[in-house]
Amino acid sequence: MAAAPPHVAYVAERFYDDEAPPPSTVGFTAWLRENLFSSPLNSALTVISVTLLALYLPGLFQWAVTHSVWNASSLRECRAIMDASFGEGVRGACWAVINERFMQLIYGFYPSALRWRPNIAFVLLLIAMIPVLFETMRSLLWIAGGGLAIKAATTVVSLAQGDGFGPLQSPTTYFMVGALVLAYFFGGREHRRKWLILSALFPVIAYFLLWGGAFGLDRVPSSRFGGFLLTMIIGVTGIAASLPIGIALALGRRSDMVFIRSISVMFIEFIRGVPLITLLFVASTLLNYFLPPGTEFDLILRVLIMVTLFASAYMAEVVRGGLAALPKGQYEAADAMGLTYWQSMRLIILPQALKISIPGIVNTFIGLFKDTTLVAVIGLLDPLGLTNPIRADSNWNGIVWELYGFIGFVFFLFCWGMSQYSMFLERKLRAGDRR
Amino acid sequence: MKTKLLIGALALAGAGAASAQTLDTVRARGVLNCGVSTGVAGFSYIDADGEWDGFDVAVCRAVAAAIFDDPSAVEFTPTTGATRFEALNSGEVDMLSRNTTWTFSRDVDLRLEFVGVNYYDGQGFMVPASLGVTSAMELDGATVCIQTGTTTELNLADFFRANNMSYEPVPIETNAEAQQRYLANACDVYTTDVSGLAATRSTFEDPSAHVILPEIISKEPLGPVVREDDPAWVNLVRWVFQGLIIAEEKGVTSENVAELASAPTDDPETNRLLGTEGAFGEMLNLTNDFMVRAISAVGNYGEIFEAHIGVDTPVGLERGLNALYTDGGILYAPPFR
Repeated sequence: MAAAPPHVAYVAERFYDDEAPPPSTVGFTAWLRENLFSSPLNSALTVISVTLLALYLPGLFQWAVTHSVWNASSLRECRAIMDASFGEGVRGACWAVINERFMQLIYGFYPSALRWRPNIAFVLLLIAMIPVLFETMRSLLWIAGGGLAIKAATTVVSLAQGDGFGPLQSPTTYFMVGALVLAYFFGGREHRRKWLILSALFPVIAYFLLWGGAFGLDRVPSSRFGGFLLTMIIGVTGIAASLPIGIALALGRRSDMVFIRSISVMFIEFIRGVPLITLLFVASTLLNYFLPPGTEFDLILRVLIMVTLFASAYMAEVVRGGLAALPKGQYEAADAMGLTYWQSMRLIILPQALKISIPGIVNTFIGLFKDTTLVAVIGLLDPLGLTNPIRADSNWNGIVWELYGFIGFVFFLFCWGMSQYSMFLERKLRAGDRR
Repeated sequence: MKTKLLIGALALAGAGAASAQTLDTVRARGVLNCGVSTGVAGFSYIDADGEWDGFDVAVCRAVAAAIFDDPSAVEFTPTTGATRFEALNSGEVDMLSRNTTWTFSRDVDLRLEFVGVNYYDGQGFMVPASLGVTSAMELDGATVCIQTGTTTELNLADFFRANNMSYEPVPIETNAEAQQRYLANACDVYTTDVSGLAATRSTFEDPSAHVILPEIISKEPLGPVVREDDPAWVNLVRWVFQGLIIAEEKGVTSENVAELASAPTDDPETNRLLGTEGAFGEMLNLTNDFMVRAISAVGNYGEIFEAHIGVDTPVGLERGLNALYTDGGILYAPPFR
């Protein structure tokens, strides 16, 4: 380098500290500006939304919380309590109906002495799901721990009421403790395969737990199933079975073999062309005409088959979209490496195609889960179907918002959970694209 | 036409499939399969213990008690308006006891058999008392909440046309929706079967602020239904049901039935009913005291009525047409002999 330039107007002699950014670009103000008042239209929308919330939230809060009644045996009693404690004519939510019918909404008519069986099946379902959904069993620690905490809380309540240690001494508790210990010691990545064996066995275990009839478990007929138990059975079976069938159908539809392709196309187009309710009607009534007299073909099983077939057809089209989105080069590269058809599918094509299809797949899952409420049309008493006979009880006749609100809330929790998981999975799998 | 043929063929196939010997099938199964509605206030509902109960449900329990001596030996299948006859014809249920109107086409075309009428209903109107309306003839120009796709919709149109009046329909889907719309003053009038109106009104904060107008514009005889392909089964259900009405006529109640059945009384028909005289139960392939079991399980017709939908219940229905013919109603069971 040569000497310094002859004339320099200004030279910094030291490092200056960073100036604080303008107040309007950091912190709360910036967040407000960016998210709520970024344009005149956004500002107007914000003002309108806040006004609406301010108008209605306090009323909703008052209705749902401050002026609600939790303990009553009928709507009339609810109203009397509200008149007495909040003033004449003041009305709030009568959650007493949920309080009284909670177990019914969860288990339907499942015998109360045997309800530990669906409980264990549910915990087992969570355990079986974790190795499929995550790489380690760490989440199981949280789930089992949370479950035990709830159990402990109910026990404290029961002790306070002088009912003793009842809630804690149930098969579910021992089961959760066992799961917790196993997950702590054998929850690592290296043991995942063993847990996956459990996942594969889960359908059989769950069947015998729920319906019984073997291993000394009393038989529970299908007519005793109802409420969210039924929703879970139909939803989980449909979700778990429709993905593999859907993938098979999607591959079949893109197959070079005419027979397989035409079968797949016909199946998919037929199922997609018929409303689910029609299929359910066929399952519930029409099928009886074709079966030999005296055949006992379980109604829930029939519905399960129909719902699964229905979801599979949609799943097939979602997966086909993912397959079509892959560049042709991927297929050709797989062939060039000398992989067989199944190897190329398993190692190259499907991992990429399924990743692309995640939003669509979860969309179908959520749709399927909500479609389970349609079984009410053929007289199976899912939670929504239960609202009718509950409201027909003269004690609760006239109640509307509380029941539907509660059921809607539970459905929201499930569907929201599914969409959260899909977002987690997308983030995790996007790692490859960030290179 | 093609579909009609298809349905006919299916019905025939079903008839063949489910045919005769229903009683043997029920006995072998150990429970009666009974179709009920998915929930009508007072008529069929689920109580806090998860048991079905109600006016219609009691008929199923009576039949189960007559066969098995156990009113809980019933498997209830909730059926909707759309699935009820399919469920019956396909053999999924042995009998239906769910507010079903006895009509010509159901009786003849659908090959069903109505074993009697357990509730004489009819379509009526409910209006807020503040309107000051006292007769349906004053409803010209009213907005009416009406369930779409039902016979009530057709009856309403007929009634207004016959009386040269106009109305504005507010279409609704379910009774629950109707309650909300009516209370929100979306319509001046709510019309459906009177029993439904009474049940709806009973849930209002102030039932006395609403009146049910005296005009009844249709006949809705509701009754239990069975398939017509098994006469023995038809007879069994019919006579268990009629027996409940005769029991009320003869003053046999769930309380005194054991005493009356212990020894022949002075009244021959009571004796025949309770099996202390003659062998009527055996003709139905049951034991002679089948009505004793049915009555002690659910009570006579009047007891069932009062327990589920009578004036002392929230539904609060008067006996009206459903009183015995001796009390000014039209309930009239054939003689038990």
